[in-house]
Amino acid sequence: MATMWTTRVRRATIEKIDPQDALPDNQPSYVASWIYVFGVLTLAALAVIIGSGLILTVRGASWWHTSGVGHYVNSVHLWAVELFFVFMVVHLWGKFWMAAWRGRRFATWVTGTFCFLSSLATAFTGYLIQGDFDSQWIATQAKDGLNSVGIGSFMNTLNSGQALLLHVALLPLGVGLIVVWHVILVRKNGVVPPLDAKEIAGGAA
Amino acid sequence: MALLALNLNHPAKFFDWGFVSVSIPNLIMIGLIVVLFVLALVVPFPTHKEDGK
Repeated sequence: MATMWTTRVRRATIEKIDPQDALPDNQPSYVASWIYVFGVLTLAALAVIIGSGLILTVRGASWWHTSGVGHYVNSVHLWAVELFFVFMVVHLWGKFWMAAWRGRRFATWVTGTFCFLSSLATAFTGYLIQGDFDSQWIATQAKDGLNSVGIGSFMNTLNSGQALLLHVALLPLGVGLIVVWHVILVRKNGVVPPLDAKEIAGGAA
Repeated sequence: MALLALNLNHPAKFFDWGFVSVSIPNLIMIGLIVVLFVLALVVPFPTHKEDGK
């Protein structure tokens, strides 16, 4: 009898993660380093991005361009994105020099890569829908670039409606799902130990 | 309009080296991220002494 998809998902997620690993209250000693903080800082910035983005979505461009509170929320959204990328780049460098794909963590590394790439696309469409001369400049320059690599008919940066829906619906959904998958894998396999670590927890070094 | 510490009302200057062309603001930002990365490696992380590990 074929296994139901619900069974396969349960076996691949819930049954593979010990509750202690899912929400741990203790970590190996090597985690007491600032370089291990940048993953969760990236998640915190993402939470601010989503929260401020929801407010901007409800109120619209005429609000964020004309009111004081709108300017403020728009700026919070922008600077949370800037911090999101700063934290993610430091996280990426830290994990790269730690060879964080060790100990059966290949899928964690790959999902992290897709988090980065999908975030770039989401940020790009965000710049396209600012509704000012900056977004017009970026759209016309990017149109040449996308045309030159043959995807101009698939994504038209001069189509602000397409850019808006990509930015507020499809791409955030993609980023959200990949981030959740990435965090589940981190919890399942444990944080990667440093190359010279003697103490091993949650997986092989 | 509020006074700014820097006059930003002009195009950014660029650093050009061979095929590398990067604006000075972006270059400063990259430098700050490198500094942040080094600090994350060398600055001691506060821990509770009673943990003993």
